[in-house]
Amino acid sequence: MEAVDQAFVSLKHWIVGLFPPVAQPWASILLSITPILIFFPLLFGITTILERKGLGRMQNRLGPNRVGPAGFFQFIADGLKMLTKEDIVPRAADHAVHFIAPFVLLVPVLLAFSVLPYGRNMVPIDIDSGLLFFFAVGSATELSVFMAGWSSCNKYSLLGAMRGIAQMISYELPLVLASLTVVMMVGSLRLTEIVDAQSVPYWPWLPRWHVFTPWGCAGFLLFLVAATAESNRTPFDIPEAESEIIAGYLVEYSGFKYALFFLGEYLGLFAVSSLGITLFLGGWLPPFAFLSFIPSWLWFFVKLLSMIFLFIWIRGTLPRLRTDQLMAFAWKFMLPMTLINIVAAALWHFSRGWEVPFALGLRWLSCAAILVVPYWIFGRAVATRFAKRIYRYAT
Amino acid sequence: MNPLHGYLLLAALLFSIGLAGAVTRRNAILVLVGIELMLNAANLNFIAFWRYGPNPEALTGVMFAIFSIGIAAAEASVGLALIIAIYRHYKTANVDQVNSMKG
Amino acid sequence: MDAGFVIIAALTVVSALAAMSLRNLVHCALCLTITFASLAALYLKLNAQFVGLAQVLVYIGAVAILIVFAILLTRSDDQTPRAAILSPAWWVGAGVAVAAFCVLAAAICSSAIVKTASTTAPAISVEGIGDKLMKDYVLPLEVIGLLLTAALIGAVIIAMQERKQT
Repeated sequence: MEAVDQAFVSLKHWIVGLFPPVAQPWASILLSITPILIFFPLLFGITTILERKGLGRMQNRLGPNRVGPAGFFQFIADGLKMLTKEDIVPRAADHAVHFIAPFVLLVPVLLAFSVLPYGRNMVPIDIDSGLLFFFAVGSATELSVFMAGWSSCNKYSLLGAMRGIAQMISYELPLVLASLTVVMMVGSLRLTEIVDAQSVPYWPWLPRWHVFTPWGCAGFLLFLVAATAESNRTPFDIPEAESEIIAGYLVEYSGFKYALFFLGEYLGLFAVSSLGITLFLGGWLPPFAFLSFIPSWLWFFVKLLSMIFLFIWIRGTLPRLRTDQLMAFAWKFMLPMTLINIVAAALWHFSRGWEVPFALGLRWLSCAAILVVPYWIFGRAVATRFAKRIYRYAT
Repeated sequence: MNPLHGYLLLAALLFSIGLAGAVTRRNAILVLVGIELMLNAANLNFIAFWRYGPNPEALTGVMFAIFSIGIAAAEASVGLALIIAIYRHYKTANVDQVNSMKG
Repeated sequence: MDAGFVIIAALTVVSALAAMSLRNLVHCALCLTITFASLAALYLKLNAQFVGLAQVLVYIGAVAILIVFAILLTRSDDQTPRAAILSPAWWVGAGVAVAAFCVLAAAICSSAIVKTASTTAPAISVEGIGDKLMKDYVLPLEVIGLLLTAALIGAVIIAMQERKQT
């Protein structure tokens, strides 16, 4: 099934071959970018409908079921509504900054998609410092939150924007440090090399994915929590939730600009999920060798869909965190845990050559002890700040 | 007039713009903005000399630039903390009005 | 001196001028961000990938946000000040800056080292940078770690609200 696996790559090479040699680099670049620009906004539309149906089911209701078969064309109706809505801008607002803010969100997020490996030999750009590029453009999106909040000339949207930025910069550190353990163990910032390092299984039934090591498991959980917070999803969606501070920094946006913000946020979620899959879940690799007849890009898509489902599931289950709980959690729990995770990864690396009996079990036990004991201590410390609720009932 | 001339002249221009802003603007934060511009101009100088200079394998220019970026971030954070503390006391961020040693 | 360099350099100079001369502080901060971004583009053009991406990460992702927060926390009620934005003796500063630029330009154009510039792009890798950081430059690395820790603690203490003595 090599042909199906490399179908997109061969198609691209064939089309590039049709162009004259002078135009071939440009054609190659355009052909790498266009599928991303088509596929991920389409996935965004499908995700909105999956989310609404999924949340509805978790909340014991049906979700949208009018437009199309079982409501699955709702995103087309939503898109048309957003496009035809009137674009209202407050008179005192700073029009230039108000207009540019959605693009300052969208452009870096779309740039971030260009270094991710979607399948075997399917990376748009394979640069030496791919992970650094991803985090650099990710951090450039934070200014758009501020621009949106400040240009609206609205006290509440400014407050929402400041809380949003504080949340995003606080959770950027655990996100980067959790990825740093992977870089340390693989020895490269190149994302294709990180996927290749997870390719040879330990045993035929256990893949060498990083999530199956103690530091990788803890790192993946920390990465997941930090990614949820970076994308402003529940339980960290104080900046933009409907019942909070009147939708925060997005309150003065209507119509197409609001749709662009929405698109930018979901694309950011897809980008950071794809990065998590590349770093911890083996990227486009199949879990078992006998399943390798399924194409690599299909495996990537399946893993991406399960991560999206996980985010929708968490959104439907957990209540929202208050801002001070959120910040305490980031600085007093996640940051020390990511630093301890680095120490555990170092222990895992240097204990490779242990020759004692039950070496693997001993390594797992020691690394897990390094991780679980501080987890318990820090968890207690953060939780005692917020005393248990006392319910007093009328008697 | 090789490319190195172009980059060095650009760095000199950025440096003088930053210098002009740092000594003429009244708001303390804009003084800091001018200082950041000057630091960036120096970084550009380092990288241009590393790229077009005689020994690029030694990576000296790149190292200097990396450390300079780190130090600039530290200095910006402390400077802005100072400006916030001064604002709390004087109720203004205007450098011309922060002129008494008392209090 | 190709077209790409001229365009990016023009963008850098225009946004730097705007950053230093606009009346509205937040506009100044946003123009400074554009300056940082175009400088990062110049670093990428000079084949210094790591420095260019670190510039985006640190300057745009951290320093620009810091400046913006400080502007928000030190605002007077009037968003766009009607008062003068320049110091009384601003012409002295401008004169000094022009003189500095003239001296630097003269030094650049008459220098012999600049005339002998090599044109082959050096090949660097992130692994090479990490290697150098850990072997030749390990002392500055540790010192900058200490410096960043001191700056972090210092900034928090300076900007902390003083506890009111009751």
